[in-house]
Amino acid sequence: MKAFKRALWVYHLNTGSCNGCDIEILAVLTPRYDVERFGIMLVGSPRHADVLLVTGPVVKQMVPRVKRIYEQTPDPKLVVVVGSCGIEGGVFYESYSLAGPVDQIIPVDVYVPGCPPRPEAIIEAVVKAWVKLEKAEQGVR
Amino acid sequence: MMQEETKKATYTIPVGPIHPALKEPIRLALTVDGEEIVDADVFVGQVHRGIEWLGMNRNNPVQSIYLAERICGICNISHPFSLVMAVEQAAGITPPPRAEYIRAIIAEMERIHSHLLWAGVAAHEIGFDTVFYLVWRVREEIMDLVEYVTGNRVTKAMFQIGGLRRDITEEQFPRIRQSLDYYKSVFDQLKRVFLDDKTIQMRTRNVGILKKEDALKLLICGPSGRASGVPKDVRQDQPYAAYADLDIKAMTPDMVTGTVVGDVYDRIIVRLLEVKQAIEIIEQCLEKMPPGPILAQPKIAVLLKALTQAEGEGIGRAEAPRGEVIHYVRLEAGQSTLATWKVRAPTYVNLMAVPTILKGMQIADVPIIFASLDPCMSCTNRMIITDRALRKKSIMSYEEMHRLSLQKTEKLRR
Repeated sequence: MKAFKRALWVYHLNTGSCNGCDIEILAVLTPRYDVERFGIMLVGSPRHADVLLVTGPVVKQMVPRVKRIYEQTPDPKLVVVVGSCGIEGGVFYESYSLAGPVDQIIPVDVYVPGCPPRPEAIIEAVVKAWVKLEKAEQGVR
Repeated sequence: MMQEETKKATYTIPVGPIHPALKEPIRLALTVDGEEIVDADVFVGQVHRGIEWLGMNRNNPVQSIYLAERICGICNISHPFSLVMAVEQAAGITPPPRAEYIRAIIAEMERIHSHLLWAGVAAHEIGFDTVFYLVWRVREEIMDLVEYVTGNRVTKAMFQIGGLRRDITEEQFPRIRQSLDYYKSVFDQLKRVFLDDKTIQMRTRNVGILKKEDALKLLICGPSGRASGVPKDVRQDQPYAAYADLDIKAMTPDMVTGTVVGDVYDRIIVRLLEVKQAIEIIEQCLEKMPPGPILAQPKIAVLLKALTQAEGEGIGRAEAPRGEVIHYVRLEAGQSTLATWKVRAPTYVNLMAVPTILKGMQIADVPIIFASLDPCMSCTNRMIITDRALRKKSIMSYEEMHRLSLQKTEKLRR
């Protein structure tokens, strides 16, 4: 990975998650793990974000919102799915109210398995997304 | 209604239904007259995952324990706890006494982590991010302890029908006591930060009042009800697990201030008191813990056969950090899944209080008032604001409201 050229802004999107992954994402931001020292910051709007952190198995009600948020995020962007249920449905697979895992709705770049994944795993995934983002930008140039 | 001439800019920022500080999507519709809230309505269902259906169609009862754990990532002890108690009642299984004590210990650990999580979020809502970080740093200690005892930080997978899957051994006691001592040492600091701070008082005193009559009428449960002076607690009223042997009293705010107002400040007091109470309960449990096995039936094949043959119904009630969780199950002979499974989570009931406590308040107060109920399906980030004076409907993003909340704190400070 090249030197950090700029801060990486992350938007967190809950598509029907149980809160387990969500509180771990928050834990990543708080003093024990403190990713803000690397410039990784959680932002309140997808329009400011470089990376979307998606948790949850995507329930039917959320499908249009997920698509809309994906479209609102400016390019270049990356999607990180946090948690097993976003990857393949997890314990909720076969449920009538699911519209399928996240990658059937929007393109996904990094998967973080675990129910919920440890904070360290989430940080690693964001760093991987970062590397991919830098490569993509160099390719453009 | 008075027609006010102030022209308030309305915003239409359709941000998705999530905010980092809150957890699950929910939509609130507020009717405002200028700055004042006239009416509020709640829309839920954005996270419907069909869990009960899965428990009734796909899983056997033992598999459903892990499904119940994933109803909520924060109350992931209370839900399997209730389910397991309901199935045990239906099938006539009695867990050994040691399991009852360990169940109480982990349930209280969950309460400490959940209330601290809430305290941090509440501080964030009024713009005290320093306190948010402070509280979450303090919270990591209980997460370490939970990981030490159960093997995982969030989903613990401790429960089994007729007992537990993991024991707490004598060697682990010193480590548990060490964490409890840490919390006792920081408790006074936390209390000072939350209860003595002038700005926090200004933002929370007489804000979002829920009177005792309203709380009784709306069946508000858990800390939100106790803050309104309703001394109800399942652990006290209908003791389950080891709670019958322990000394438990429902916490009400008059224990600290002498009066019950039922505002946001009182809800902070109740939750702080409950953290202290939880520490004491764990200590009592460690002292009184009886020896013996932790499972009524260690062989899962035998247990599953017994559950398939069992016939009957059961109700499990547990006091979750947010209020009373009830699970109802019915078992039918020859059916490997649960014949009926119904879950009643506390937030659904507590949300009924939202219109009452928001009325007459300002938009800037919405984040902290809404958060003060500790809603588990919490995410008010998208609100429809109907301004009666301007006859205009607009959608206000959560960020906008959070900004208003910060401005109000700043204004009060000066």
